Amino acid sequence: MMLNYYRPDNLNDGLVALSENSWTLLAGGTDFYPARVGKHLNEKVMDLTGIRELRSIRETEDQIYIGALTTWTDIVNANLPAAFEGLRKASKTIGGVQTQNAGTICGNICNASPAADSVPNLMALDAKVQLMSVKETRMLPLEEFILGNRKTARKSDEFVTGLIIPHPGKDARGNFEKLGSRAFLVISIAMVGVVAELNESEEIENLNVAVGACSAVSQRLYLLEKEAKGQKLQDLEIKPLHLENLEPIDDIRGTAAYRNAVIPELVMRAVKGVL
Amino acid sequence: MIKEDKSRVTFNLNGTPQTVFASQIRRFSDVLREDLGLKGTKVGCDAGDCGACTILINGEQRYACLTATGQLEGCDVRTVEGLSKNGELTSLQHSFLEEGAAQCGICTPGMLMAAQSLLDQVPHPSEDQVLEALSGVLCRCTGYTKIVKAVINSGQKQTSISSPDAGNAVGSRMVKVDGQKKLTGEELFGADKAPEDSLWLRTIRSPYARARFSLINTEKVLKKYSGLVKVLTADDVPGNNGFGIYPHIKDQPVLAKDHVRFRGEAVAALVGDRESVESVSEEDLNLTWQPLEPVRGLDNALAGNLDPVQSEFPDNTLSRGFVKKCDVEKGFSESHTVAEGIWTTSAIEHGYIEPEAGFANRIGDRLEIFVCTQTPYMDQSEVAQVLGIDKHQVRIIPSAVGGGFGGKLDMSVQPLVAVASWVLNRPVKCVYTRPESLASTTKRHPVRIRAKAGCSSEGKLTAFEFHGDFNTGAYASWGPTVADRVPIHCTGPYFVPKMLSETKALFTNESPSGAFRGFGTPQAAIAHEALMDTLAEKICMDPLDFRIKNALRKGDHTNTGQLLENSVGQVECLEALKSRWVEWRKAAEEYNQQSAVIKRGVGSGSVWYGCGNTSMSNPSTIQVGINGQGKVTLYNGAMDIGQGANTVMVQICADALGIPASQFDLVMGDTDLTADAGKTSASRQTFVSGKASQLAGECLRAKIIQLAEVSDRATIHIEGEKLIAKDETGEHLIILSDILPQENGDVLTGEGTFDPPTTPLDENRQGSPYATYGFGAQIAEVEVDTSLGTTKVLRIAAAHDVGKTINPTQVEGQIHGGIAQGLGLALMEEYIQEVSENLHDYLMPTVGDMPSIEVILIEDPEPFGPYGAKGIGEHALIPTAPAILGGIKHATGVAIHHLPATPDRVFSEIQQAGNNNANA
Ligand code: FES
Ligand code: FES
Repeated sequence: MMLNYYRPDNLNDGLVALSENSWTLLAGGTDFYPARVGKHLNEKVMDLTGIRELRSIRETEDQIYIGALTTWTDIVNANLPAAFEGLRKASKTIGGVQTQNAGTICGNICNASPAADSVPNLMALDAKVQLMSVKETRMLPLEEFILGNRKTARKSDEFVTGLIIPHPGKDARGNFEKLGSRAFLVISIAMVGVVAELNESEEIENLNVAVGACSAVSQRLYLLEKEAKGQKLQDLEIKPLHLENLEPIDDIRGTAAYRNAVIPELVMRAVKGVL
Repeated sequence: MIKEDKSRVTFNLNGTPQTVFASQIRRFSDVLREDLGLKGTKVGCDAGDCGACTILINGEQRYACLTATGQLEGCDVRTVEGLSKNGELTSLQHSFLEEGAAQCGICTPGMLMAAQSLLDQVPHPSEDQVLEALSGVLCRCTGYTKIVKAVINSGQKQTSISSPDAGNAVGSRMVKVDGQKKLTGEELFGADKAPEDSLWLRTIRSPYARARFSLINTEKVLKKYSGLVKVLTADDVPGNNGFGIYPHIKDQPVLAKDHVRFRGEAVAALVGDRESVESVSEEDLNLTWQPLEPVRGLDNALAGNLDPVQSEFPDNTLSRGFVKKCDVEKGFSESHTVAEGIWTTSAIEHGYIEPEAGFANRIGDRLEIFVCTQTPYMDQSEVAQVLGIDKHQVRIIPSAVGGGFGGKLDMSVQPLVAVASWVLNRPVKCVYTRPESLASTTKRHPVRIRAKAGCSSEGKLTAFEFHGDFNTGAYASWGPTVADRVPIHCTGPYFVPKMLSETKALFTNESPSGAFRGFGTPQAAIAHEALMDTLAEKICMDPLDFRIKNALRKGDHTNTGQLLENSVGQVECLEALKSRWVEWRKAAEEYNQQSAVIKRGVGSGSVWYGCGNTSMSNPSTIQVGINGQGKVTLYNGAMDIGQGANTVMVQICADALGIPASQFDLVMGDTDLTADAGKTSASRQTFVSGKASQLAGECLRAKIIQLAEVSDRATIHIEGEKLIAKDETGEHLIILSDILPQENGDVLTGEGTFDPPTTPLDENRQGSPYATYGFGAQIAEVEVDTSLGTTKVLRIAAAHDVGKTINPTQVEGQIHGGIAQGLGLALMEEYIQEVSENLHDYLMPTVGDMPSIEVILIEDPEPFGPYGAKGIGEHALIPTAPAILGGIKHATGVAIHHLPATPDRVFSEIQQAGNNNANA
């Protein structure tokens, strides 16, 4: 009999099954179930949560590996470098504690919502996505992995197995600013992830900034990053040109005009907040 | 179709090994409830938005609705059923009970589990830790205040819960009579009970706001799904395919025929086994749609360039209301200062955490319906006319109700399961999904208000004019009630010598608007309070002093010319807030001196609101009986929807009878077992049914006194079959088991009926529409981030005149909960069809959004009320939004005219004001 639910306990078995059939992949369930309210569940689902090896965080000298099944709570509790502070803050704002205990970081990027709170932080961290099939293992920068609203570069025979983040160094610091209409359980109107490195006189040595929920995919602000180098943090100024690749829309959470108007302030707060 | 494959999953459940044989992809919440029969874990959304399903997995809080059953293999699972041992409540549950942290109780299991996960780690948590731990569970009743307190206090030494002695129940903080079962998971809500062999019903609803449709051939789908028993359509409705609140307007079809008028309207119902009805896709059904241009919004409804929503109402006007007192034009010409404005509000969802649910079961020529409802007796007549049978053939057995707020005054699942069960002669169950509940049930009326007020140079109100257009959606529901109540209350609790108010309820192809806590007056209050602020500002008077100066007092005549003789506590409420007002305003202004971006402000709002129906008879009857074994039963038809009517009725009756409240048993709302106590609406239960409960107790007491031949000062003791009445002449014994019992076993009974006295309104709508009014005022301090437009409410003080506090814990709970809903109305709630059909796009306040709240109870007794009491349910919500908006204005200088005051709206107002200043 063909199974409609399969929960492999190791990566290899999962990959083999994935090469033979097409499956809907399930991890924390925080996106899977909400999309199926009131429906009888009869699709073929591979539940990845049995693959223990994918739930780990490892730090080496030159990189940090975050396994695909790492939950938000795992990130909050992990002893990560200061550059991950933005990601940590974001993890604490995703859904309720219940969601944070179940939802996984790779589930979040695979779901590819424009409002995914992890994404701007991971972009600011220059995260790369590790994809694996029985045939090959490949790596894609996160910006090339997420192709659009709910669209990714994952092929149907691939798992996202984890994220590789080049070690940002001890001096880099992260921050996250989220704008929403209520205190908890809120989907962002806009959010900003930052990783920055300052020297002793508070001059910017390096700045990575990404803005979320203001375009189909979160965007790095490369021009701003370039111009910021060498500037004093206090003197930093956000110009319209810096935000040119953002394309906010009107939606239930806020108007495009509002997003455009508040992004500079949000970016400034996020950047200054690294101190 | 892939065959469902079931497997064994083994885990530890509440300390005991457990194996289930189930499809592993099923939501664990479903397996817990349906396969294991553990109904304590609730389902409010199936989408990770409400937290009602929170359980502990390996000690961590998790949403059971988002957990695949297969993931439980080898896990340790705890549910609410695993908290108390041998009927002993845990200290957390005990604390919830004592604080009154559970109102309706539907969120309670989830709250308890979320709290437990924290307490397991941190026995004495800080407030911030508690807020974070509870962040994923929504409560719509309590405003979270008492829940947070209960969790913080749960570590403290518990005193045993004491119950008041005879004669001391009224005024005491007696715990809920039905409180314990809300904490253990034993309480049965609409979805928690149904016969084993029930069929499942799922409704097919229109995706269009307006369309013609046809459903030609149902044979194909019946063939494809062997478990599908019937596809019900309009033609299957045996009686009148229409229902509605008003006896002469039954305009909403149970199942639409040929034509739908709003997105979410029911067109067919699938009945069969659950798997089959949930598997049917829209394509399976052969439904063809011909979308039509819908009437959207008030302008469209008024313009009349599209076909009217209902052809019998060519100008889309369902009803009009007005009140006219003297010559308002003259009033304005005599005014020194005039203020005016236009305000609009959005559709608002009731947001009870329990979606509509119930089952019907045909037994011979009778039909029984178990359902969550605010109005069993009205359901009974409605179902009867839909089935074309006599109302005595219908029995409504209300479940515990997981919140109502007006939304469960209209029928939802009732007529559907009724028709299905009647036609098929089988029990049929239906549970709305959250999106279905949002799309198909009523909303708070969106409104556009144009209002104007004038005052003298000394700050006395001279004239008031109000025009309100209410968007009543596709069907009448409570539209006429809103159009009727608002003109009476639209000035606020102030004396106005000359006034005119006019309202219209207009049909559109949008969600039917119905009853929602306050029947339109919360929207009107936004206008009248903003006008008070502007007038006060214009004549350089303190806004609170202005309100005190104009507040209704004893001896004043209202807008309808009613003389207020008793129980008018408005001035006391405002004065009770005065010192805080002065202090908070000063503190905010000082704060703003040194803060450029974050600005604070303090605003105020006032309320008056008539208790009961408008100029209409609305009697309640309550019965009480003692049986041969000495069991005392209160037959309470006054639906408890979480607000606490069960407890209040017992407290009142116990004191009237003169025995301890703890001796009472309770039967709630069953139309076969209780008398009609009207609807739980219009803040009438404490006042009207409470009085009936008092009269019932007094009636029974009088019979006992007569039988025992004692003086009316006698004390009464019931010990088993012995009733001892004691007076100055000694003890008099009645052996209860010697008395011939009536059919239900009771040997002595009492009954009370009360209908609040009102008068009809004349051609200018002058008269006495309500027997009494509740009064109140609130002040709110807010903090606005002017660079982002976000608003946080820091603290609220609320003073309400409740006549007499029957139960302080419950009254506080009503006020906290009302404030939470008022805060949602002010800042975040906006229902948009198609867009916000879930609880992550429809935002309601979370535990982190609540301000600290101080409650001040004023007691100016109402002679008609039980022990002087009157209503509070709706009053608590009405002043909150105006106070918050006043706070925003004080903080930023901008007046918000379009609600909710979301960050983008507040921001754009601030920007505009800045530009205007720059240009000036
Ligand atoms: S039912 Fe699970 S979160 Fe609402
Ligand atoms: S008590 Fe929380 S939802 Fe009713």
